[in-house]
Amino acid sequence: MSWLDIGSIDDIPLRGARIVKTVHGCVAVFRTAEDEVFASSDRCPHKGGPLSEGIVHGKSVTCPLHNWVFSLETGEAQGADEGQIATYPTKLEGGRILLDATLLKNPVAA
Amino acid sequence: MKQKLVIIGAGMASGRALEHLFDTAPDAYDVTLFNAEPRGNYNRIMLSPVLSGEKTFEEIVTHDTDWYEAHGVTCRFGEHVVRIDPEMKVVEGENGHVPYDKLVIATGSAPFIIPVPGKDLPGVITYRDLDDTNAMIEAAKKPGAKAVVIGGGLLGLEAAAGLKLRGMDVTVLHLMGHLMERQLDEAAGYLLRRALEDKGIEIKCQASTAAILGDDKVEGVLLQDKTMIPADLVVMAVGIRPETRLANDAGIEVERGIVVDDALVTSNPDILALGECVEHRGQLFGLVAPLYDQAKVLAKTLTDEASAFEPKEVATKLKVTGCDLFSAGDFAEGEGREDIVFRDPARGVYKRLVIEDNRVIGAVMYGDTDDGNWFFGLIKDKTDISEMRETLIFGPAYQGGAAVDPMAAVAALPDDAEICGCNGVCKGQIVEAINAGSHDLGAIRATTKASASCGTCTSLVEQVLAVTLGDEFVMPANAAVCGCTDLSHEDVRRLIKAKELKSQAAVWQELGWTTPNGCHVCRPAINYYLLADWPVEYQDDPQSRFVNERRHANIQKDGTYSVVPRMWGGLTTPDELRAIADAAEKYNVPTVKVTGGQRIDLLGVRREDLPAMWFDLNQAGLVSGHAYSKGLRTVKTCVGSEHCRFGTQDSTGLGVKLEKHLWGSWTPHKLKLGVSGCPRNCAEATCKDIGVVCVDSGYEISVAGAAGMEVKETELLAKVATEEEAIEIISAFTQLYRENAKYLDRVFKWVAKVGLDWCKEQVVDDLENRAALVARFDLSQSVYRKDPWAELAAPEEARQFQPLADLTLEAAE
Repeated sequence: MSWLDIGSIDDIPLRGARIVKTVHGCVAVFRTAEDEVFASSDRCPHKGGPLSEGIVHGKSVTCPLHNWVFSLETGEAQGADEGQIATYPTKLEGGRILLDATLLKNPVAA
Repeated sequence: MKQKLVIIGAGMASGRALEHLFDTAPDAYDVTLFNAEPRGNYNRIMLSPVLSGEKTFEEIVTHDTDWYEAHGVTCRFGEHVVRIDPEMKVVEGENGHVPYDKLVIATGSAPFIIPVPGKDLPGVITYRDLDDTNAMIEAAKKPGAKAVVIGGGLLGLEAAAGLKLRGMDVTVLHLMGHLMERQLDEAAGYLLRRALEDKGIEIKCQASTAAILGDDKVEGVLLQDKTMIPADLVVMAVGIRPETRLANDAGIEVERGIVVDDALVTSNPDILALGECVEHRGQLFGLVAPLYDQAKVLAKTLTDEASAFEPKEVATKLKVTGCDLFSAGDFAEGEGREDIVFRDPARGVYKRLVIEDNRVIGAVMYGDTDDGNWFFGLIKDKTDISEMRETLIFGPAYQGGAAVDPMAAVAALPDDAEICGCNGVCKGQIVEAINAGSHDLGAIRATTKASASCGTCTSLVEQVLAVTLGDEFVMPANAAVCGCTDLSHEDVRRLIKAKELKSQAAVWQELGWTTPNGCHVCRPAINYYLLADWPVEYQDDPQSRFVNERRHANIQKDGTYSVVPRMWGGLTTPDELRAIADAAEKYNVPTVKVTGGQRIDLLGVRREDLPAMWFDLNQAGLVSGHAYSKGLRTVKTCVGSEHCRFGTQDSTGLGVKLEKHLWGSWTPHKLKLGVSGCPRNCAEATCKDIGVVCVDSGYEISVAGAAGMEVKETELLAKVATEEEAIEIISAFTQLYRENAKYLDRVFKWVAKVGLDWCKEQVVDDLENRAALVARFDLSQSVYRKDPWAELAAPEEARQFQPLADLTLEAAE
C-alpha cells in the first residue's frame, strides 16, 4: 500500500471534517476529539447528504440531512437505520494525514 | 505471693488492659506503671475537642490519681525508661530499677518528622499529647497568628480545624491528590475539602514541603514549587510510626512494630506488648477499637487464660464539627469489586459502598453518616446483601418487607424533613402549599421556591405532590435530553447555572455524560446553553452546531446552500438590489426568491462559492440575514405612518431599530418579530414570536404567536408609550427566553410552560429585574452582534470551505 500526504491534521477542525476530491467521488476526512483520523465516502447512502458537514461525536458522524449516524470505524449505520458507507485506510505521521493512494486510481482502468 | 507486673506506657491501650485485669484478678499482680508524660491515662482521641476549646483536659482524663491509688498501682510518671534487661528481668528507669515477672510494652507511637531543613526550629511541633495541644493553644493566642499544618490526614485536619476555631489563619499542606486518601476516595475527599474551605481553612494538595524557614523560630514553610507560606506555628501531622526503640535494644523481635502473637506475647515469653507499638500478622494499628480488643486479650493472657486477638474491620469518623464523615473497611477499586454510589453534590452528600461477592467490604460516607454504623455492621458480619442490593445505599430504613416503594419512603418523611436544600424548604411547607392550591411543580416553585434553584430535588418535590394529591397528580415525565444522559433539558439548564459549568468538558464530567463528547442531539443544545449563560467565558463551538449554523447558510437537499442577506425591517436600496443581482449572476444562482420575511433568498449556491459571494455582498453593505439560525431571523414591518394613511406610528423605523438591536443573538429556537403600524396588522405581527401593534397611544407588545405547524395568536405582554420602552421590554423578554427555555422550544411553547403571568412579572412589573435582563442581553450582544459572513469570508477561514485536497488533478497528471 502506498500513502499520499493530503495535509496537516490542523487543517481539520477538532471534531470536524474536510473533503478530498478523488476519482471515486468526494472522500470525507474526519478528525475526532481524540485526534484520530478517519476517511469515508462523503455521501450518505440514504439521500446523498454530505457527511463531512455532519456533527462528529465519539467515533461517529451524524448526517446533516436526516440524522443517520455512521460509525467512522466500520462505516456501518448505527441504531435502527441500515446502511453502509465505504471507509478508507488512513495514517497519521508527525501530524500529517496520509491516505491510501489507490484512491487515485481510475475506477474504469482498474 | 503476688507477681510483679511492669508496664511501660500509660496510654489508652494499657489503661484499658489494667481495667480488665483488675476486674478479673485484682490481686494477681503488683503493678508498676511508667509513663514518659508527667500524667496518667487520658482519652487521647479527645485532644481535638480540647484544642478547639469544646472540652477541657479534666473532662478527658480517664484514670486519675485516686484510681491508681485505689488499685495499688505504683506510678512512675514523667520518668523515661532507659532500658530493659530481659536476662535479669529488670526495667531500668531514670530513677532506678524495677524487677518484673511479666513486662508489658505499651510505648505507643511516635510522630513522623519529615526530614527537611528547619524541622528542629522552635514553633515546629507534632500533635500527639497534651503538651503539643497546649503549645498550639498558646500559639493561637497571638492575634493574626498563622499556622501551617503538614498532613491532610485525620489528625492533621482535626488540628487544622481546632486551630481555626482558636482564631488562627490555617493552611493545610497535603502531599497526596486528595485529603485523607487512606480513608476516603477522591469524591468524598473533594467534598471534605470544600467543607473545610468553607470554614476558612486553606487546603493545598500535592504540596511537597521543601524546607521550614526561620532564624531562631519558625517564619514560614517553603514548598518544592518555591511557594512560601508564612507561619508562626508548623504542625507536623504526616503520620506515626511504632515506638520500638526499647524493645529493639532488648533484642525482642521487631519488624515495623514489636512482633506479637495472637496472645500478644512478644518473642520473649515474659514480655507482652499492645497498642500502636505492636505488629500483629504484619498489621499495624492506629485506631482505638482494635487496641481495646487487644487490651481484653492481654489481660487474659496475664491471668493465664487462653485468648486470641482477632483483628476486625475498623471504622473512622472525623471529629470536625460540621464535617460528617465515615469510612470503614476496604474501598480500593479492584477486580470483582463493584461500587454502589449515591451522590447529591448540592447537599454535599456522598455515599459509596464497595461490594465483593454480594458482601459489603467497604463504606465511605460524607455529609450524611447516620447509617454508617449499620453499614459497618454489614461489613463486620459479612452479611449477604444480594436480597437488598437495590435499596441498600438508602440504609436500614428502606430494608425488609415487600418490594420497596419510593413513594412510601417520601410518605414516611416527617414534616420537618428538608426537601430543598438550596432554599431550605421542608416537606411540611410543600404540603401546606399543595393544600393551599399549588398543584404542580411550577406552582410549588413559585410559592415555596422548592426545587427552584439547583433543581436536584425536583423528583422529590414531585413525589411529595404525588403522595399529597394522590391520583390527581400526574407525574410529568421530563424526557432525557438524549441517550447520553438521564437528565432532562430543564435539569441540565439548571445545573449549568447552579454549578457554574462553563465548558462542554465540565458538563460531560460533572453531569455524568455516558459519551465522551455527546451526540448530534445534545451537543448543539449544550453549546447553546453554555453560550447563553456564559457569553463571555464560553467560546461558541462551531463543531457543535448543525451544518446551517456552522456554514451560515441553509443546506438544501442536494447539498447546495441558500444565501439570504439581511434587509433591515424589510427595507432595501437599489444598490443592494444591484449587488444581489450581480452575485446571483456571478455565482450562477439557479433560483432567486422573495421570502416571507421580506428579503431575498439566493438558492443553489455551491459550498466553495459561499465565502466569495459573502465578500461581494459585504462590499455593498449587506450582512448575513441569519435565515439559517436558531436566533433572530427577521423583523417584518409595514410602511407605517411614513407613507400609510392609517399608520399611527413609524412601524418601519421601530422594526429597523429592533432588528439592529437584536440581530446576531442566539436563541433556543428561531425568533421572528413583526411590527404593524396600526391594528389592521399588515405585518402580521400577531402570529409572530414577538409582535408589536402600533396604536395612537403607543405600542402593544404581544408574544407567543405561531404560524407554522401550529397557528396561534399572540398574547398581550405590555402596552407602552414610547419606542425606547418597547425596545427595552422586547430585549428583556428575549433574554428571559434565552436564559430559560429548552433548546428547540419556540417562544409559544416555552410560554405555555412557564406561564405568561410569570413573564410579565419578570419583564414588565419588576423594573429592576427588567434592567438586569437588558444588561445581560447587552453583554451577550457585545460578543455576538457581528456579521459572521465577514468573518468567514476572510482568507484564513474561507479555506475551510474548500476541499482539503483534490486528488483528481494529481491522477490526471
